[in-house]
Amino acid sequence: MIRVVLPAHLRTLAHVGEREVVVAIEGEATLLAVLDALEARFPQLRGTIRDRASGARRPYVRYFACKRDLSHVSPETPLPNEVCEGREPLLIVGAMAGG
Amino acid sequence: MSKVRVLVGTHKGAFVLTADGMRRDWRIEGPHFAGWDVYHLKGSPVDPNRIYASQSSSWFGQVVQRSDDGGITWQQMSNAFAYDGKPGTHQWYDGTPHPWEFARVWHFEPDPHDAQTVYAGVEDAALFRSRDGGASWHELAGLRDHETGSQWQPGAGGMCLHTIVIDPGDPQRIYTAISAAGAFRSDDGGEHWKPINRGLHSEQLPDPDRTVGHCVHRIAMHPARSQVLYMQKHWDVMRSDDAGEHWREVSGNLPTDFGFPIEVHAHEPETIYVVPITSDSYHYPPDGMLRVYRSRTGGDEWEALGRGLPERHCYVNVLRDAMATDALDPCGIYFGTTGGQVYVSPDGGDHWQAIAEHLPSVLSVEVQTLA
Repeated sequence: MIRVVLPAHLRTLAHVGEREVVVAIEGEATLLAVLDALEARFPQLRGTIRDRASGARRPYVRYFACKRDLSHVSPETPLPNEVCEGREPLLIVGAMAGG
Repeated sequence: MSKVRVLVGTHKGAFVLTADGMRRDWRIEGPHFAGWDVYHLKGSPVDPNRIYASQSSSWFGQVVQRSDDGGITWQQMSNAFAYDGKPGTHQWYDGTPHPWEFARVWHFEPDPHDAQTVYAGVEDAALFRSRDGGASWHELAGLRDHETGSQWQPGAGGMCLHTIVIDPGDPQRIYTAISAAGAFRSDDGGEHWKPINRGLHSEQLPDPDRTVGHCVHRIAMHPARSQVLYMQKHWDVMRSDDAGEHWREVSGNLPTDFGFPIEVHAHEPETIYVVPITSDSYHYPPDGMLRVYRSRTGGDEWEALGRGLPERHCYVNVLRDAMATDALDPCGIYFGTTGGQVYVSPDGGDHWQAIAEHLPSVLSVEVQTLA
């Protein structure tokens, strides 16, 4: 099970009150697998994290885990062990920008 | 007794304002979708309790919301706006080719006869249609595929399709307007399109009279007289008496003919309203004095309407989709400002009152007249 921290606006869309949600992954826990599982569980989030047409991360969204920025690594890369083992969450973050 | 419901889209959410037919005492509900840009909300003429809302953010993209109970509860609909085929390119600000990329929905236009059909005008400019109440969207690609499409260029706000006007007497006839490509008309339900910009003159273009490239801000039509169109262009207020085949300028004695919205009185097809704005360099009213201008002659002759509106130190703008009318008698005129005020005139423009004063910057105003 992978713990995922969602930004406030996406928690509202997903109708979840908790800061963290949990998704189950079959096979290797990559960023891609987690995002696919997240969107499968919460279809309301389709297009809000990744562009619907290209699948690319939206420009003002970042992926953090274990104090590292995973936004620019290949989405096929396995997530850190701490995330895979549930000791650390994957953070989906809305960038600080605008007002 | 009849009732009015005003749908207000703002930079930080949507608000629903209601009053009885007297239009004196208002109830404000919201914000819905708090913290998000709500570019536009509009109700179905067939089923007024069905309302579509465009919720978007630079961070999290486009969300489409639909209410079936008059704006009390909402459900999220599809946000899959996929261009038909390989999208190709339009011109970027610097004149280089730029791929078509979906950014947001600027305008929803529910079909006048079918509650399940709704049109969406989007950025980068394209027209989409849903026949299942927003559950799925399909592009009417004949517009974007027009031979001039590769020449279209964005205005300062992006290359947006912001105006959709459907002829209620002939739903096969649809008008759209794109900044900064111009106006287009389809006579076959959106399959094929032609530019209708003859008579528009834009000094900002190398050829001021060219077929496309005009920054049309808004088009309005009275449903009972669909051959007549009114247009607020970047500069110039225009009129067509032949469904857009030819346009002539009707700016007349306006203090400035720059502005964004234009509206037609519900019962008088020759009575129209604009909000003159100083210039494209100064997006606020002349002399800091907010005035709506009314023409009872379909243009050319205009009168200032300011009773109840700010007379000084007013430096707000009124955006293209932020003006609307109700269908009561006398007709009510409504508009919202970038300063967060919503004003109503319950007597066709003679007197105005603020019905909301401290909302976020207003992006759009639509009015529903309910039995």
